[in-house]
Amino acid sequence: MSGTLNLLIGLAMGLNLLALGSSRLPSLIRAMSVQGMVLGLMPVLMEYDSLNWQVLAVTLATMVGKGVLIPNLLRRAMRAANIEREIQPFIGFIPSLLLGAGGTIAAMALARHLPLLPEHSGMLLVPGAIASVLTGFILLIGRAKAISQVCGYLILENGIYLFGLLLIHSTPLLVESGILLDITVGVFVIGIIVDRIQRAFDSLDTRKLTTLRE
Amino acid sequence: MIVIDLILRLAFWLLLAPLLPGIINKVKAWVAGRRGPPVLQLYYDLAKLWRRGVVLSNLASPAFIAGPAIGWMALTLAAMLMPLGPAGSALSFRGDVLLLIYLLALARFCTAWAAMETGSAFEGMGAAREVSYAVLAEAAIIAAVLSLSVQTGSVSLATMLSPSAGAGAVLLAAGLFVVLLAENCRVPFDDPNTHLELTMIHEAMVLDHSGPPLAAILHGASIKLLLFSALLVQAVFPMGDLEPLAAAGTLAAGVLLVTLAVGLVESLLARLAFRHVPLLLTTAFLLCLFALLVAWKGGAQ
Repeated sequence: MSGTLNLLIGLAMGLNLLALGSSRLPSLIRAMSVQGMVLGLMPVLMEYDSLNWQVLAVTLATMVGKGVLIPNLLRRAMRAANIEREIQPFIGFIPSLLLGAGGTIAAMALARHLPLLPEHSGMLLVPGAIASVLTGFILLIGRAKAISQVCGYLILENGIYLFGLLLIHSTPLLVESGILLDITVGVFVIGIIVDRIQRAFDSLDTRKLTTLRE
Repeated sequence: MIVIDLILRLAFWLLLAPLLPGIINKVKAWVAGRRGPPVLQLYYDLAKLWRRGVVLSNLASPAFIAGPAIGWMALTLAAMLMPLGPAGSALSFRGDVLLLIYLLALARFCTAWAAMETGSAFEGMGAAREVSYAVLAEAAIIAAVLSLSVQTGSVSLATMLSPSAGAGAVLLAAGLFVVLLAENCRVPFDDPNTHLELTMIHEAMVLDHSGPPLAAILHGASIKLLLFSALLVQAVFPMGDLEPLAAAGTLAAGVLLVTLAVGLVESLLARLAFRHVPLLLTTAFLLCLFALLVAWKGGAQ
């Protein structure tokens, strides 16, 4: 079981690097959504022995929400804004890829020294969570287009979700479903805002949002 | 006995190597629906070039001839270090993997050096590109070698390549395959068939060579391709655990598979734009780096 989980988290870490290295927005959105679905599958695997309908419902909601709903909202916003790729990021693709890889290795090294429960010590949960959070930060800081920043925010949320899985026995699943609802509504609102930014500024470059206009 | 063994090995590497580009071209022709050149085309080309005379520039020093010759010898010596499944290698000692890396670098240096001898702008450009991409490709191959070394706790090729690469085998295979494509100037890094000087990397360096030196360069390139395919296959498959006959079969099938994959990549992908090449090479480096991390973590537990 731990092997399958580690494989899935390893996949999610690979998707982090894919997200950092891709300049095309559709592939960034795809990496983000596949990562959300992979991580959404994890509660079922962790709770395999005591499976109940609540866990199944939250898993299904997470996978549909992060894998279908949010990416579709983002793709619609992308089409409406008529942009396809990130042209001039603040941090280039190779530096951000190297930063992400360095962050992943640092997360691995750091997790060895954290006082974890014995059942979590052999797993990649904590390094995976830290690496995803770092990836989210790099995307948020280093990208100029609003949609890329939203993807960074969602990858950051994936990392926090992964961290929350450590506490799966003590957090009510209601909290998790509440977070899921929040980010779905958040992305929905951002989709509308992106459309507004596009109409007002003829661009989605957040660098241009520093000047006020009538 | 040792002499016969050495001669057999030399014959194996030197005679078999030009077959691989022929297979790649056959695959490309097959995917495109053409009949394509014969599989033995490179042998005919080499024989033809060997009979031709050499056109020498007045500016070129003797290094123009010596460069390809030293490069060819370095690659042949590197081939002697590479173990071949159950047959082992002709020359094996502690740390031979470092010598292998340095011999590959020496071969590249000699090609670039000879390329700049004529003072042609295009060749200088090709040499600059080759060397700048090699920086990234070498980082990737050093990371791959380190991961094998950490995995097995050895710095000798024969012991490093005999077990499988373990959990990181997929990462290592993907990384080494990209390095193979880059080091051997295949699509998506360079197009071996291109005739447009501005987009060439390796081919731009050999524009002014003719006759036997060009034959040495082409033959050396095919040895390098066989060398990298053998390295990739033996790094991934557990050669040491198999019966000698099965290991030899796996090696041959694996090299053939790598060749087919190169042909398919070349048929299905376009050459990358230059500014995207470092990104792909960095990805290969990271893949090998993560294979190293997996080997290190796996070894620690």
